[in-house]
Amino acid sequence: MGFQRVLLAAGVAGLMAAASPAFAQKQGGTLRITHRENPPSASIHEESTISVVQPFMAVFNNLVVFDPKEKANSPDHIVPDLAESWSWNGDKTKLTFKLRQGVKWHDGKPFTAKDVKCTFDAVAGLDDKSDLLRKSPRKIWYQNLKEISTNGDNEVTFTLGRPQSSFLSMLASGYAPIYSCHVSGREMRTKPIGTGPFKVTEFRRNEGIKLVRNPDYWKKGRPYLDAIEWKIVPNRATRMLGFESDEFDMTFDSDVTFPLLKDVKARRPDAVCEARPTNVNSNILVNRDSPPFNNPDVRRALVDAIDNHAFSQILSQGHDLDGAAMLPPPYGKWGMPKEMLASLPGHAADIEKSRAEGRKIMEKLGYTADKPLRIKVATRNIEIYRDPAVILIDQLKQVHIAAELEPIDSSVWYNKIAKKDYQIGMNLTGVSVDDPDVNFYENFFSKSERNYTGYNNPEVDKLINQQSAEVDMDKRKKLVWEIEKKLADDVARPVIGHNVANTCWSPKLKGVNLQVNSIYNGWRFEDYWLDK
Amino acid sequence: MGAYLARRLSLMVVTLIGMSILIFVLLRLVPGNVADILVDATGNDDPKEKAQIVHELGLDRPIAEQYWQWIDGLAHGDLGYAYVSERPAIEEIGPRIPISAKLAGLAIFFAILFGVPLGVMSAVRQNTRLDYILRVVSLSGLSFPSFWLGLLVLMAAAQWFGTVPIYDTDAHGFIAQVKMLILPAITVGFRSSALIMRLTRSSMLEVLRQDYVRTARSKGATNASVNYNHALRNALLPVVTVIGIEAAFLVGGLIVTETVFNIPGVARFLVEAIRWRDYPIVQNLTMLIAFIVVTMNFLVDMAYMVLDPRIKYG
Repeated sequence: MGFQRVLLAAGVAGLMAAASPAFAQKQGGTLRITHRENPPSASIHEESTISVVQPFMAVFNNLVVFDPKEKANSPDHIVPDLAESWSWNGDKTKLTFKLRQGVKWHDGKPFTAKDVKCTFDAVAGLDDKSDLLRKSPRKIWYQNLKEISTNGDNEVTFTLGRPQSSFLSMLASGYAPIYSCHVSGREMRTKPIGTGPFKVTEFRRNEGIKLVRNPDYWKKGRPYLDAIEWKIVPNRATRMLGFESDEFDMTFDSDVTFPLLKDVKARRPDAVCEARPTNVNSNILVNRDSPPFNNPDVRRALVDAIDNHAFSQILSQGHDLDGAAMLPPPYGKWGMPKEMLASLPGHAADIEKSRAEGRKIMEKLGYTADKPLRIKVATRNIEIYRDPAVILIDQLKQVHIAAELEPIDSSVWYNKIAKKDYQIGMNLTGVSVDDPDVNFYENFFSKSERNYTGYNNPEVDKLINQQSAEVDMDKRKKLVWEIEKKLADDVARPVIGHNVANTCWSPKLKGVNLQVNSIYNGWRFEDYWLDK
Repeated sequence: MGAYLARRLSLMVVTLIGMSILIFVLLRLVPGNVADILVDATGNDDPKEKAQIVHELGLDRPIAEQYWQWIDGLAHGDLGYAYVSERPAIEEIGPRIPISAKLAGLAIFFAILFGVPLGVMSAVRQNTRLDYILRVVSLSGLSFPSFWLGLLVLMAAAQWFGTVPIYDTDAHGFIAQVKMLILPAITVGFRSSALIMRLTRSSMLEVLRQDYVRTARSKGATNASVNYNHALRNALLPVVTVIGIEAAFLVGGLIVTETVFNIPGVARFLVEAIRWRDYPIVQNLTMLIAFIVVTMNFLVDMAYMVLDPRIKYG
């Protein structure tokens, strides 16, 4: 009988331990992380950089979120956040959320459905009078959103113009937090109020960001950390030395390149480092409205010169992935299979044959090795942009194109591109949700403000809308691949490669789960804890 | 003397007014404004959003009106609002000044502490092994780029002490502050110290060949007395000029060192503000630098009088 009691007690204890991870996790401690630059503001909805999402996502909640425990973001792994549940109507044009009750903003005011409405009214541009945001770079995501209605304090319905299977995924991204509408836009940019696990106590330019635990967080027992301190260290060498000498517990996301990884591991052998695709791709912007690239033959010769493998070898010791616009499998859900990719211009397996074809095209146009086509390759004057641009210049020689590097100050880069004051440009594009709607609408849809190359193909526009409305995933994937083929044939924005980089952290830091198909999600930090 | 002082002070005011116009106009000639950058940084090119920000910040008003508003505010201690952080500019600039001032002060202190005595030693032991060593050291001080030296110092600190001096705004107390600033100050001060050392040496060599030095020696004065009481005092005039200029132009060295050592001072902040075209920050900081340069020049001129009683202003 006594033995049975002991067994029962041990069983209960075991069950409790299994059911409540808090038995293993330790509460307390301050997580020290490096930050690579001054975030332009703290307002996630107004910015398009990981520099804002990574530190400030922990201040907010979404309606729904990509499951932080999963390695890949997927529509199948979306879990409730401020919404307890959601449901679609019959024709998939109304999405209704039942909201969590008793949630409070960091200033103690209650969270209600009105906050959801006013946030997305402002983001989608449905309310002209809203002064919550002074810019909304992801307005195009919500172009299909027609109306948001509330039913009491705890229910909100999004009405869409047509079915859109990606809509829930976009709401689950780190770029879709719910804002508190009783707080001004200025405050949201400088010291935001959220419902999330951490409160902002300080955000000082050139210094850092301090977040402290929200004791009234609606998720009981979370977060484990007492505070998170981000130190802004613009010099990468200093950041690495700081991490190597244990001044920091974690590096900025994807900050450790492969050549640097060797140094980090040598100086801090106990560091845990993980390489993963960032869903940021290097690509070439082509000004198809002016000579010489208004000629489709010259555009074709341009892509014939590209050796993606060589780029990957030089830039990331062979770790970067070859792919079209969408992140390739197995990490990406929508990328083309390898054999299909190899049939696209710019991704040929036999690079010498491809270059010979490129040379033939150029020779027909009257260019030779002695009399090459002279062009300029514009790029932002930042190392990660300049390096691939230099490799591109070298490769273009193979098809009788003599290019010169034109480094452009970041502050005028987009303006220059929008004014079409370039021939070709080396560019990086980050995709925040691994979904074709996000990538295609932002970068290739004719009416998008973020399609700054002004690519305009009515047929592609139609296909983008068609895939967006398709609810059958297999059919949608086929449409996506068809779009990819058209974009590649059109030399819309040839992709050089999908970047892979490392993030490192101290072995004392636990609960880290980096997601493999977007660097912009999964930064709530509520499951992180320090084993100190 | 009073008339001279009044003339110098009024000239300083005129110079500063001229500088303010130059700063204001040049800043607006640089392509792109803060609205372009804020919107473009998101990869968006939305003219409507840009126009709204331009209007909000008052950048669509006539340039003369904007200039007057700035000068009027400056006269009343109102530096305006930082465009990017949306906080009063004084709150952004104010806390950073002491950080850079401490770093600059410490750097100049090191520069003088090492530069002057080593320059004297190099001169009095001309063409000895010590002189050659000191000349090589001073040449390397002038040749090493600050960012390279800074990184080298950081790597050495990480290797030997297992830590790097990452600036912490919460660190209080003299010892904690000196610990944080000593390596960056040496890095910044090394170049100035090399310059001061070379100038002290050449100035001393010239003075040591003067007749009055020979006379002092023939009268039986000790070497130390000749070198320090007779020669150094007269050799110091050009050195003081250089120290004054170096102190004023230290900002250039601070930009690199503040970046490498991650010190949140005004120099790094100024570069960042220029990148964002944050006019209120750039204008006020550049004016502050202009004021420091003008004041240092004035103080150097005044110091001549103290060092050389033959100099009289009137």
